[in-house]
Amino acid sequence: MPMDARDIEQMIKEAIPDAQVEIRDLAGDGDHYAATVIAESFRGKSRVQQHKMVYDALKGRMGGTLHALALQTSIPGA
Amino acid sequence: MSISQFIDNEIKSNDVVLFMKGTPQFPMCGFSGQVVQILDHIGVPYKGLNVLDSGDLREGIKQYSNWPTVPQLYVKGEFVGGCDIVREMFQAGELQTLFKDKGVASKESARA
Repeated sequence: MPMDARDIEQMIKEAIPDAQVEIRDLAGDGDHYAATVIAESFRGKSRVQQHKMVYDALKGRMGGTLHALALQTSIPGA
Repeated sequence: MSISQFIDNEIKSNDVVLFMKGTPQFPMCGFSGQVVQILDHIGVPYKGLNVLDSGDLREGIKQYSNWPTVPQLYVKGEFVGGCDIVREMFQAGELQTLFKDKGVASKESARA
């Protein structure tokens, strides 16, 4: 069952309440999205740790239901 | 040898290892292909491991690194990231610095 952009945004925000999330649908198939996530809680964390926070928020869908999520994370004002 | 021992051994016995879909000569996924292009551009020797060869390897690498997707790049035993992070680091010049700092020779460092 493909994912909807709003589902992705909501799941990320539930796990990272202070996140600003922008989702772009890359292929219109519910399977390939690009996401930009800006959050204060990323401060001091490596890119790998930041991305893991987002993947954890998606509760195992990453790499399964959601085949591709081109992800960019940053802290506010970066 | 268990799959995680195999993975651990590959990562520890090669300076640069790329777990990918397909091979460096024939990447089978756009994301894996992007990382291959970046590594070839920098000109660093690396070992490509095709996760499509074995279901155990494809799942095992995700457990090993607690990272849900492939490709996965390792330099001197450390997980660097997947396609997004490798590309971002490359564009910021951080990947080239990482190789230099870790003493991994590349075409670029030879040129500099």
